[in-house]
Amino acid sequence: MGDRIQLFAILATGVLLLTVLELVRRRRLMERYALLWLLSCVVLLGLASWPGALSWLSKRIGIFYPPTALFIVAFGFVLVLLLHFSAAVSRLSDQTKVLAQRLALLEERVRHLDEPPVGEGEADTRVPIGPGDRERRHFARVSSD
Amino acid sequence: MTYSNLAVIPAYNESATIVGVVEALRERAPGFDVLVVDDGSTDDTGSAATLAGARVVTLPYNLGIGGAVQAGFIYARDHRYEFMAQVDADGQHEPGELRRLAAAMDHPDPVDMVCGSRFLTDDYHYPAPISRRTGIHVFAALLSRIVGSPISDPTSGFRLYNRRAIELFARDYPHDYPEVEAVLMLHHHRLRMREVPVKMYTRGGGVSSISTGKSAYYMVKVLLALLVGLARRPAVVDPGDRAPVSAEQRA
Repeated sequence: MGDRIQLFAILATGVLLLTVLELVRRRRLMERYALLWLLSCVVLLGLASWPGALSWLSKRIGIFYPPTALFIVAFGFVLVLLLHFSAAVSRLSDQTKVLAQRLALLEERVRHLDEPPVGEGEADTRVPIGPGDRERRHFARVSSD
Repeated sequence: MTYSNLAVIPAYNESATIVGVVEALRERAPGFDVLVVDDGSTDDTGSAATLAGARVVTLPYNLGIGGAVQAGFIYARDHRYEFMAQVDADGQHEPGELRRLAAAMDHPDPVDMVCGSRFLTDDYHYPAPISRRTGIHVFAALLSRIVGSPISDPTSGFRLYNRRAIELFARDYPHDYPEVEAVLMLHHHRLRMREVPVKMYTRGGGVSSISTGKSAYYMVKVLLALLVGLARRPAVVDPGDRAPVSAEQRA
């Protein structure tokens, strides 16, 4: 591997590694998502600064020009990272769906709690999911409209 | 008096038809409490439904049909309803037919879900583009093979569920275009279903959630779900599981 391209690769991965570390330090990147980034930076930095390992690897997978192997490894990490994020997004959207449903159901319940009960002086100690109670509140709302 | 049956209407921007559907239900399906799940509508679907006398659960943003119907299942479970019906907000379904669905719930033998099929009637005339009809029949053929009993209309959203089905789907229900996958889920959980012939109308107004552009996505998504569903880990969160959200189980 040429000196210049090696220097460039080391600089680029070094900057990436420092950026990731800095983001974690500032709490802009959660450790759980930083781990994969750190792993890929360390592996890429290792391959860039140790030409012996890189040329061994490129020979193994049949690549004539070792820097290309570096690209392939980097590309593999990018794919893994993207998949990781797709899974994370799926989990988040599942969680926000549950939140939205609970919020809507609670709002519906609170709206009924806010309405005054029909019978004045009647002790209103029942929880609103009791069947009789529900119907009574329903009519209370319709008549107050 | 209070009913032990709930009719759930998922509605997204259906102000043109929602009042008619709610009134038809109250008139022709006595015995059903009516719940409209307003799926983040930007028009006055929610307030129109309230004025028509329905209970309304308003989702803070559009979740899609799956999330909206699941909110209905959770409501039915938490309010201890015995049966829950699902009815489209666009006026496609005839509320009077709910009686037929209810009658088929334990005749000739008890099942957990009864599904109204538009293809079982002799004089069926379903005005839909040929592409959509082809899609439905492809799903029907695949699903019938997987489930091992004939299913003619797996995309129908006119359904009646018992307590077991309500509890299953309140815990987990497919995200978008859920009807076909729901049949598969029932099968995986050893719950049983039956179809009965119903008549269906053309839409009363508004725009279908499945536009022509989306139907390709619909086909691919449901086919993927069907094929993956065969080999998939159980999609449902069971009591005692690690996480309350199914995607987290797989993480």
